[in-house]
Amino acid sequence: MSTDVGSGTEVRKLDRVVIRFAGDSGDGMQLTGDRFTSEAAAFGNDLATQPNFPAEIRAPQGTLPGVSSFQLHFADYDILTPGDRPDVLVAMNPAALKANIGDLPQGGILIVNTDEFSKRNLTKVGYAGNPLEDDSLAAFQVHRVAMATLTIGALEATGLGKKDAERAKNMFALGLLSWMYHRPVEGTERFLREKFARKPEIAEANVLAFRAGWNYGETTESFAVTYEVAPAKLAVGTYRQITGNTALAYGIVAAGQRSGLPVVLGTYPITPASDVLHELSKHKNFDVTTLQAEDEIAGIGAALGASYGGALGVTSTSGPGVALKSETIGLAVMTELPLVVIDVQRGGPSTGLPTKTEQADLLQAMFGRNGESPVPIVAPQSPSDCFAAALDAVRIALTYRTPVLLLSDGAIANGSEPWLIPDVEDLPDLSVTFATEPNATDGSGEFWPYLRDQETLARPWAVPGTPGLQHRIGGLEKAEDTGNISYDPVNHDRMVRLRQAKVEGVEVPDVEVDDPSGRARVLVVGWGSSYGPIGAAARRVRKDGLQVAHVHLRHLNPFPRNLGDVLSRYERVIVPEMNLGQLALLLRARYLVDAISHTKVQGLPFKAEELQNVLTDVVKGLPA
Amino acid sequence: MTAIDLGLPELGGLAGVPTTDDPQKAKDYKSDQEVRWCPGCGDYVVLNAVQSFLPSLGLKRENIVFVSGIGCSSRFPYYMNTYGMHSIHGRAPAIATGLAVARPDLSVWVVTGDGDALSIGGNHLIHTLRRNVNLKILLFNNRIYGLTKGQYSPTSEAGKVTKSTPAGSLDHPFNPVSLALGAEASFVGRAIDSDRKGLTDVLRQAAEHRGSALVEIYQNCPIFNDGAFDVLKEADEAEKRIIPLVDGKPITFGASGEFAVVREGFGLRVAPTSEVSASDVVVHDASDEHLAFALSRLSTQDLSHTVTGVFRKASRPTYDDSARAQVEEAKAAKQADLASLLHGRDTWTVVG
Repeated sequence: MSTDVGSGTEVRKLDRVVIRFAGDSGDGMQLTGDRFTSEAAAFGNDLATQPNFPAEIRAPQGTLPGVSSFQLHFADYDILTPGDRPDVLVAMNPAALKANIGDLPQGGILIVNTDEFSKRNLTKVGYAGNPLEDDSLAAFQVHRVAMATLTIGALEATGLGKKDAERAKNMFALGLLSWMYHRPVEGTERFLREKFARKPEIAEANVLAFRAGWNYGETTESFAVTYEVAPAKLAVGTYRQITGNTALAYGIVAAGQRSGLPVVLGTYPITPASDVLHELSKHKNFDVTTLQAEDEIAGIGAALGASYGGALGVTSTSGPGVALKSETIGLAVMTELPLVVIDVQRGGPSTGLPTKTEQADLLQAMFGRNGESPVPIVAPQSPSDCFAAALDAVRIALTYRTPVLLLSDGAIANGSEPWLIPDVEDLPDLSVTFATEPNATDGSGEFWPYLRDQETLARPWAVPGTPGLQHRIGGLEKAEDTGNISYDPVNHDRMVRLRQAKVEGVEVPDVEVDDPSGRARVLVVGWGSSYGPIGAAARRVRKDGLQVAHVHLRHLNPFPRNLGDVLSRYERVIVPEMNLGQLALLLRARYLVDAISHTKVQGLPFKAEELQNVLTDVVKGLPA
Repeated sequence: MTAIDLGLPELGGLAGVPTTDDPQKAKDYKSDQEVRWCPGCGDYVVLNAVQSFLPSLGLKRENIVFVSGIGCSSRFPYYMNTYGMHSIHGRAPAIATGLAVARPDLSVWVVTGDGDALSIGGNHLIHTLRRNVNLKILLFNNRIYGLTKGQYSPTSEAGKVTKSTPAGSLDHPFNPVSLALGAEASFVGRAIDSDRKGLTDVLRQAAEHRGSALVEIYQNCPIFNDGAFDVLKEADEAEKRIIPLVDGKPITFGASGEFAVVREGFGLRVAPTSEVSASDVVVHDASDEHLAFALSRLSTQDLSHTVTGVFRKASRPTYDDSARAQVEEAKAAKQADLASLLHGRDTWTVVG
């Protein structure tokens, strides 16, 4: 069904499109995808993106392990996921074709850079023959484009070397796709000129390659159809595109501003969390100090030391880093100081899958310390939601003087979507009160660092430098109220229960049930980044005339107060997770609910289609 | 740009820490907690020396913080009527770094031991020294693990028979002063618990130094390693073994200065003063890093010679000052406009 010839160009209107750019790690696919995303955002589409790249910085060129891709879903309505399967696959080399063709549905559009399909490159990835020359791609609409040759040709006049010119072929691909989908181009040209401001000849080459791609579509007649996706009707307001890690960093900056506290990020580079450090390091003018420590332990140590001094201490990491930080989290539990621990989860155990996503740190966050060591847990559900989740984590940490685990993951860290930018005035007031006076209730005039607020059970935050409140804290058990070292058995029992009660008493909003008909008998419960695929699956199930309710948990510890009631209202509770059933385990233990676990750990987000099938089976399996 | 680059008068270690004119006494620095070290422990002597010395700094007591790790010596903060945190094993330098970065108005002291600082916390120690965070680190070296009841430590001599090494330890020990100098420490000193005057002098110089100051204190554990430093405490022996350093002065020692330190190859050796010419006697210069390292190597594990005093005192920018300067520069250069940050460069508006 390949369409190599066409007469005139038909314009077809679509409500949504999924495009996947795939190439070698060095081909600039992330940048290409990112730019197309900006074009879609500028045009007013709703969108969601999913980058997928190897852990190796430059795996051997042209090999399967070196394939990097970027998937973008854009639509004229509000979408929830980056899309299950691409409608359009751009393959820059045989490896990218081989690694991604399995996801392209029949009839899908395939645009191939033919220049890379040499015998050597084909052999490298195990192709016996050239798939562009046999009928193995007959099920797709194949466009064979010599992108490198065309790019070099277009840049001939610039005097740029062949090798440098060839590197702009990703912009050629972007130009071609921009033409196919009627995208605005001014933003990309402006972006390229700014990005390469110090190398104007490279900037010009990229702009020329971009235009060449556009013109190729316009003039060759090999593309019979172009497509339009109208702007989406989103809620009124001002939007920008944002990734999860950027939103997390902005949330921390905003929390510093709204609390009036300086922010100290103590951290150590780790995939996929390093961008939080990179972003925060740019915003020192907001009284943000970033400290790249010698290791994960020193990172959180510095954050806790800063909190002790009255700053907002934050540390950022991924699962292996949380393992190293565990002892210090325990110290923060014992010293009852505010601290935010950001865990951008990745595939585990051990080094696992550094660049792939997973939700398997929930039980580590919940229980991964010695002794009874409760910590509140907050999980964002989408890239833009990271902003609000970060503010919420800070609210809990400051109000209750406790470390808080903020569980993001690789999918939302690097994925992006439009964000309805909030008004700064509408952000929560996070201001804190430090202790300034002795507080002993026995008339001694002493300061008791562990005398609790009756409502929150938080202890006073008395920072060094406050006259008359000199006191000592530490990891040893404390006597209630006075905070002196105590080995008294009854006191220890009481303090363990008080720390637990404090965390259980953290104020979190009730869950809202998404059940449009109010007649669902099946409830699907999710947490974190599976919000998109679960929500999309629920919509599809409902479209088929079946009913399903959806609850998505932002707070994993403590659970919302109404959760038990909600769970008890449904005949079936199903819990999809990118782990082996960690939330399901907690729900079963806590609420004695016979939750059905649906699990997958492939380093990739759920597909809406697979969850649709799972939910449909459960709904159809109900007794009449 | 720092004061050093500009040739401005250098800040002292306590610049920015509020002072008081109210007279202070040692007992003002004693907390109400009962001291629970073993009878005869060297830690008592150090505690008393610190409590007696601090009033002379004239600082507001509430602006002094002691941060410790785990081990016998790390109970120290509980006994000080200042702010304090008894943290976790080996991590005190990391916690103190965050505190010092956040609070220039505090005088921050780290109390640690040979196991805490050199074994489990070795990484934090060397990186803190390298960064030159404005902290004073008191390393109580008793060459043994006391709190866990007598296992060998990273400063125990090779072959040491302990509970965990009945056939003798196989580890070669660290020389903490050499280690600190190798880690780019800007201030390194050594004192002996029983030498109140020498200890106080090193503490004072450490307090006045802006940057990381490591002070190794030889300290006796009467229970698990009793007498480890006895040869340095018997008058006759001490005179032959202890080499006290005074910046700018020729390095001689002995009851009547009968020993001198002279150069030999790339290092130093001890010679009878009568056998060398006065010009060959090394004059101590705490700003000379080569000399500091050579002096650290004169101190041997068997204590045949032990150099005390300040080995090295050098000026270079501190991490915390520089970190704060970057923040201040950024604030001066760009207003903290949150709305503008959240909007970024590319926005679009959906109208109803």
